[in-house]
Formats: sequence, C-alpha cells, structure tokens
Amino acid sequence: MNLFAYLGAWAMGTFERVGRASLFLYEIVAGSGQLFRRFTLVIQQVYAVGVLTLLIIMVSGLFVGMVLGLQGYNTLVKFGAEESLGLLVSLSLVRELGPVVTALLFAGRAGSALTAEIGLMKATEQLAGMEMMAVNPVTRVIAPRFLAGVIAMPLLAAMFSAVGVLGGHLVSVGLLGVDAGSFWSQMQSGVDFYDDILNGVIKSAVFGVVVSWIAVFEGYDAVPTSEGVSRATNRTVVYSSLAVLGLDFVLTALMFKGV
Amino acid sequence: MNQPENKTNNGETANGPSSARGPRLDPIGDALVEISDLTFKRDTRTILHNLNLRIARGKITAIMGGSGCGKTTLLNLIGGQLRSQQGKVLVDGLSVPDLTTEELFALRKRMGMLFQTGALLTDLDVFENVAFPIREHTRLPEVLLRHVVLMKLQTVGLRGARDLMPSELSGGMARRVALARAIALEPMMVMYDEPFTGLDPISKGVIAKLIHDLNHSLGITSIVVSHDVVEACSISDYAYLMGDGRIIGEGTPQEVQQSKSDYVRQFMEGLPDGPVPYQYPASDYADDLMQGDGR
Repeated sequence: MNLFAYLGAWAMGTFERVGRASLFLYEIVAGSGQLFRRFTLVIQQVYAVGVLTLLIIMVSGLFVGMVLGLQGYNTLVKFGAEESLGLLVSLSLVRELGPVVTALLFAGRAGSALTAEIGLMKATEQLAGMEMMAVNPVTRVIAPRFLAGVIAMPLLAAMFSAVGVLGGHLVSVGLLGVDAGSFWSQMQSGVDFYDDILNGVIKSAVFGVVVSWIAVFEGYDAVPTSEGVSRATNRTVVYSSLAVLGLDFVLTALMFKGV
Repeated sequence: MNQPENKTNNGETANGPSSARGPRLDPIGDALVEISDLTFKRDTRTILHNLNLRIARGKITAIMGGSGCGKTTLLNLIGGQLRSQQGKVLVDGLSVPDLTTEELFALRKRMGMLFQTGALLTDLDVFENVAFPIREHTRLPEVLLRHVVLMKLQTVGLRGARDLMPSELSGGMARRVALARAIALEPMMVMYDEPFTGLDPISKGVIAKLIHDLNHSLGITSIVVSHDVVEACSISDYAYLMGDGRIIGEGTPQEVQQSKSDYVRQFMEGLPDGPVPYQYPASDYADDLMQGDGR
C-alpha cells in the first residue's frame, strides 16, 4: 500500500511540475515579443551561452571527426570502399553526432551555467528585487537566456559538424592516405541539403528549445539554497541529456523514415 | 476607516489594558497602508494570525519582532509578492491581493524595497544598478539619467563608488547602493527589510540616518522591519511589535519601551525565556533521555 501511495505522490508531483514548466514556457514565449525592441539583451546572452561554449564544441568536434575517420577507415577498407570515408564522416556528423553531441555538451556547459546563474539570482533575492521594481524577471532575465540558447544551438551544431569534417579530412587524407578529391566529391554528391543538413539543423533547433527550457526552468524553480541550486544544476544536466537522447530517436524515426 | 487604538491583538496597550486607560486619539492619522484581519498560512502552518495594523503616510513605522515571527512575510504581502488567504491589505486605497499583474506593477513603481541582502544585480556595477529601474521604466536621455543616478549616489555618499561591482562593496555600502536604487524612481513608500542586520555600528548609524533623512527630505512613507530595537526605535515615529504572527504591542517607541506586557518586555530586554519559550516544543526531557538508542 505504501508503494502505491509513493507512486501516486511521485506521479502527482511529476505532472504538477511538468504543468508548471509548460506554463513557464508559455510565459517566456509570451514575454519574448518585447525582446525584439531590446535585442541587445539577447545578443549579450548569445555571447554568454554561445560564444563561450565555442571552444569546447570545436575541440570536441575535431576529435570526434578524427575518430570517425579512423574507425570508418578500418571498416571501409575491408570492402575497398575507403573512398567513401568523406561521405561517412559527413553524414554521421550532420545527421546525428553534430546535433546530439553538441546538445549534450551544451547542456553540460551552458545549461548548467544558466541554471546555476538563475538559481543564485533567486537565492540572493535578485529576482524578487526585480519584481519589486516592477520589472518582470521572466521577460528581463529568463526570456533572453532562453532565446539565446535556441539561437546558439544550431550555430554550435553547425560549427561542430564543420570542424568534425575537417578533423575527418585531417586523419583520412593526411594520415591514412585517402584521396582528397574522392573524400570531397563523395561527400558533395552524397549529402543532401534538405534530407541531411536541414534535418540536422531542425534537430539541433529542437534540442536548443528543450535544453534551454529545462535549464531556465530548473534555475527559476530551484530551492533558493546552496543545496537547492546544486540539485537543480544536476537535474538540468540529467534531464537535458535524457531528453536529447530520447527526442533524437523520435526525430530520427520521423525524418529519415523514407530516406 | 477604523479608529485605531494603541492596543495589542490580545486587547492590551503597550502600557497595559486599554480599558484602564480609556480611548486614545488616533496616533497614526492618514494611513497609507491598512491591514485588517490578515491571516496567512504556508501549507498547514499559520504565519500571520488575524493581523491588524496601519502605516501612517509620511512617517517612519517600525515593525519589530524576533526571527521567524512573520515580519518579512508581512512586507511580502504589502508588496504583493505573496497573497493572503484572508483579510485586507490596502496600499494607498488599493486592495493588493485583488490587483492584476499590470496594476500591481504600476503600484510597485511607486514603492521601493530594500532587501536584507541588498539584492543588487551582480553583473552590473553600482551606477548601472541604480540606473536599472530608471532605464526599465523611463526613457530619460543618457545625460539626464546620469544626473539622476549621481544625485541618488551622492545622497547615500557613494558617488565615488559608481564604477565598483557589487562584489567589491562592503555590506553597509551594498545596502546604501540598494537604498539609492530603491529611491531612484522617487517612490511614495520604501520598505526596509532588516536594514541593520550584519552591519558594524558605524554602518548601522549611517543607514539609520539615511532612512530618517530620506523620509523627511523626500516625504516618503517608511516601513522598517527590524529586530534591532535600539536603531529601529531611534528613527521611528510609531512602532509595532510582532510575536508569533500577531501584534503583541504598539505605540510610539517610548510607549513600547515602557510597556509592562511580558511579551514586550522579553523582546525589548532580550530575555532568553518568557512568553516566547527558550525550548522548542518537545516531549519530557527525562523520558526522552530514557528512550535508549535511535533519535
């Protein structure tokens, strides 16, 4: 009986929290309109969550591309198809690894920072102070950070894929001796703009919405203590990662069904 | 309008039972804030019990009481950050719990609040912190805005600290900057939440002087929530004493200090035990010790 009571309480708590998060998202979207008049607030946050995340994205992209080159070569060479290495590396990156790994890294670096920043603003009464100055913190603090995440994610994913392809080229052509012309021509002929690149961009935009939403909600909903902010930061990384991986499967099934 | 008496919710004045002293003239006059029969609960715990108080327009009113007695909750209810389950909260004739978000924000533009922590925005320097409400609510040209900010900073003695970040300020300086920000829009009322807590004697004196001077020079209404009896009484025109979510005493600071009420005496003299018990409610001590292991 206790187990049922526990499960019931857990389910009620979870649904209640999801409901609150949905209302919070609605409030953010409703308040975002005002930001077009003060777009500098969004640009500042694009710098904070996007530009400052660029280094880890580019380094990770480079190494992922290099590993793809090595792993792909070992397999393709058995079939004499090492000329297709450029296609394998680029498709892997733009369809899958670019959006997903970028979203996971973004959640770890920028998402956790957003949650901690907003949680600490709550704990130090900065958000309450804004409310008492008749300034809506959702419009002034939350919405710019959310929009910045949504804008930055596809751009970061594109950077990840681009650097990854260069990493793959470095290993394939420079180290393993694959013909450079074949590497680029196979890639050019095999990668479709709509089916591959655009779908990858859509994926990363969806991940941008989800990760930013989780990050700002967890910060805003954090218990205003050091332990509360710590737990909220932890939840951001865990929930974002799980959401990205789960959504990736759903989006992949929808997008690439007939390709 | 209710004719307030100098009496506690228990029916006693700060100096004894009201019936023994007869009715008094209204010591408050025109009230900016009127609270009647206010009850506020958090989950099952009642924070404020059937509270009645009035804040005089243009005066400094101190609300004193021990930690956790509901003082800050009361400020949050006046500012509309919390909504009461029962009772009235009127600010300048407006019923705060019934206001829409737009109406509440319009009212808050006429209020200032000094938080216990200062609540300065940590990513902005001193100048930008004071400029923040002005930038948000007005379209002042940059030259005028600079003049206004420097005037506010000059008032609190920190014009020279305009370029410092909040992390570079002492506790007293941070509170002075927060005070400059609170008066940036020239509000009709400023609420001070524990303005003296954690400050050295000099900083306490500076804050007390600023509250007093600003009140008189700008003609604003001030509500000072504090457990610092000496400082709060030194600047206030009228004082309420709260205990366990109730008003347990009220009057001019002199009247409150001379009160015979046990509650008031315990608080004013800082006695560890009395009507507010030293021990948190628990089972019998000897029985508890005999329980053996576990907690």
